[in-house]
Amino acid sequence: MRMNRVLQSVAVTSALALTLTACGGGEGGGENEATSGVVTAHNTEPQNGLIPSDTSEVGGGRVVEQIFQGLYSYAADSSLQEELAESVESEDNQTWTIKIKEGHTFSDGSEVTAHSFVDAWNYAADSDNAQKGSYFFEGFAGYSESDENGADELSGLTVVDDYTFTVELQQPESDFPLRLGYSAYMPLPEVAFEDMEAFGQAPVSNGPYVLAEDGWQHETQISLVPNEDYEGPREPANDGILFKIYDSYDSAYNDLLSDNLDVLDEMPPSALENYESDLEGRSVSQPYAGNATMVIPGYNENFQGEAGQLRRQAISMAFDRQQIIDQIFMGTKEVATEFTAPVLNGFSAEIPGNEVLEYNPEKAKELWDQANEISPWPEGEVLLYTSNTDGAGNKEYIEAITNQLRENLGIQAELDAKATFKEMRELANTDALPGISRAGWVGDYPSLYNFLGPLYGTGASSNDGRYSNPDFDAKLDEGLQAASVEEAATIFNEAQEILFEDLPVLPLWYQAKQAGWSTQVDNVELGWDGKVLYHQITKG
Amino acid sequence: MLMYTLRRFLHMLPVFFGATLLVYFLVFATGDPIAALSGGKPMSEAVEANLRAQYNLDQPFWVQYGLYLKNLLTLDLGQTFSGQAVNDVVARAMPVTARLAVMALAIEAVFGIIFGVFAGLRKGKLFDSTVLVLSLVVISVPTFVLGFVLQYVVGVELRWTTPTVGSEAGWSDLILPAIVLGLVSLAYVIRLSRTQVAENLSADYVRTATAKGLSRPRVIIVHVLRNSMIPVVTFLGADLGMLMGGAIVTEGVFNVPGIGSVLLDAIKIGETPTVVAVVSVMVLIFVVANLIVDLLYALLDPRIRYA
Repeated sequence: MRMNRVLQSVAVTSALALTLTACGGGEGGGENEATSGVVTAHNTEPQNGLIPSDTSEVGGGRVVEQIFQGLYSYAADSSLQEELAESVESEDNQTWTIKIKEGHTFSDGSEVTAHSFVDAWNYAADSDNAQKGSYFFEGFAGYSESDENGADELSGLTVVDDYTFTVELQQPESDFPLRLGYSAYMPLPEVAFEDMEAFGQAPVSNGPYVLAEDGWQHETQISLVPNEDYEGPREPANDGILFKIYDSYDSAYNDLLSDNLDVLDEMPPSALENYESDLEGRSVSQPYAGNATMVIPGYNENFQGEAGQLRRQAISMAFDRQQIIDQIFMGTKEVATEFTAPVLNGFSAEIPGNEVLEYNPEKAKELWDQANEISPWPEGEVLLYTSNTDGAGNKEYIEAITNQLRENLGIQAELDAKATFKEMRELANTDALPGISRAGWVGDYPSLYNFLGPLYGTGASSNDGRYSNPDFDAKLDEGLQAASVEEAATIFNEAQEILFEDLPVLPLWYQAKQAGWSTQVDNVELGWDGKVLYHQITKG
Repeated sequence: MLMYTLRRFLHMLPVFFGATLLVYFLVFATGDPIAALSGGKPMSEAVEANLRAQYNLDQPFWVQYGLYLKNLLTLDLGQTFSGQAVNDVVARAMPVTARLAVMALAIEAVFGIIFGVFAGLRKGKLFDSTVLVLSLVVISVPTFVLGFVLQYVVGVELRWTTPTVGSEAGWSDLILPAIVLGLVSLAYVIRLSRTQVAENLSADYVRTATAKGLSRPRVIIVHVLRNSMIPVVTFLGADLGMLMGGAIVTEGVFNVPGIGSVLLDAIKIGETPTVVAVVSVMVLIFVVANLIVDLLYALLDPRIRYA
């Protein structure tokens, strides 16, 4: 009798177990990953549906760029290559006439026309649709006309005929064409507007690849197949891309080591020291259009006026950037010499005033003491350096900087740790940063202006430090009206001289991307933005 | 028994609501997910406001929690930021995790009881000491370390299996993760059954049975094991709930597309609706597993019912 009860309980437990398992019986499926010619690549789960104007993070961005074709795309050296653009012209940098190539179609057979662009852009700009890329249309005429920010239809967009439309901007922008390779400016087929949410899960598109049937298996993989109808510079050299979705870079790295994954475009911190020897010539480390800075908010009283300016310079010279890069990032970054990024056309490392970025502890201490004579640092006040600690290396490098500030300036400086990125963003958005704040920028499009205007222009959207200087704004305007991109670059670099005087932020270093690949693939190359040029990878 | 069942069932309710309230509050208190949604790139105020409204984030805490409870009672878990129904997400990921947990449970039950019983029968001998030391090592090493080491040795160096689980996550793919997931509990099962067997060996009824002239195998199987297994079975039952939680780490290491990965992703981007929904489902499983264990226990040992 007793024994029966024990058996009974075992039976009940196993029955429960079986029921739980049975729920999942038919699950599974998916393409055979070993299919030769299909490149497997690392990815993270996209945070949004695969809608070009709603994708602002890399997980979705990687996919969107492969499956959509816009007016231009960017070559590895950041130059524009024509996709659908026949011509993009303007006489005054303010009204642009865009002609597109005829005879291109979406994967549902509908034709790509001027309407495909204009409708998609109007949709993206309308704040009712809450698209995360809507800020890309801020400069268009009509953006702020109604509906608070983002009119239902931009008055600046006009369809001329099936293959021609015009864009009117609020002010001249000499680098406007450079923007047009970015994914927020991709066209959408008519079917998208019927049910955008459903479209985001299985988009109909026109890129070098299209999503395979049931291609997006959430949290697992995204399968792309070459688009037979694609014509353009990014003709696929492989039989498709299978993005495998990972939670951890460490496990992806182990997959790479055992040829279970073909392309990994970010090394886990634990592998930075030895990935080059592990992979034996199958890796690359390359700077991309991204930098790291520390923001000193203009609303912080200790950093205002003449004393504030001296303090900004003192802090900038009081720590050794190269040493921190070598010790904490294993030499995988490059010391900053200005406010943009070295991969951009027009970049100059010789901007007057940039000597404040050099390590000089004696001078730093001198400047700090001078500042204290004008207006003393408040007794007992700790200089806080706010950062989220959920990103790799943030905590370590900030502690190294604050250590050096303590030592070289004789002040109290500490990391003000926030557990999550969103907590830090909330402080920045509400002008509540208690001291310095960690920041950085990754270019949306390869233009110097993109690293200056949105960050330091008066009232600009990403101006966390609330910096404002009319002279700087005037320089930006002048650059935007320049006759050519080259001329504009010269003027933007002059604008940077003003930044070196005011130091609204302290440039730290330029970001570099490390990528590795398996023994199965060749021709892995990174673009100007650090993204892998997937279409040119060959396998087998 | 009916009264006991009813009483135990009523205990579940405060636990469930308390736990979800706590989780909801914690997620709510860690800041506004919309602020980080565009990765530090600017977002116009109108767009932000629209997004907030879409996920009820513009409402006060109690209203949000109330709306969430209302949806929960109608079995609608809401929507993720990427536009899928959380119901679908859970329905897709849950079976994978359940499969993993059941495999881990099977491994720890079979190997745990075998090793534990033999160690108990040979108390103080070399086998016993070895098992004890090894189980202590397993208990003291964190699961993720164990996972990465095994992943590297078995997957990268020996190439017996792929380091991560493929998209299908079938039974054979899950063997290694299941071992890692079950290993800590395995050590506990060993120690628990060893102690029980060793204790019962010297109990009066075993002496009586031996004195009656029963053979040693019969004494051990019928008398010692039967009584020793009651607490072990109870532990295993409760452990099924624990394994669901432990799966978060293991799934992260082996890239298993289960509920743990979903939760990790959702936590990373602060996707309140998914985090709370998934945690609620986990709490529910945990609570139900505990209920079943308690009922089983009462079935096995009648004294419990009247306690």
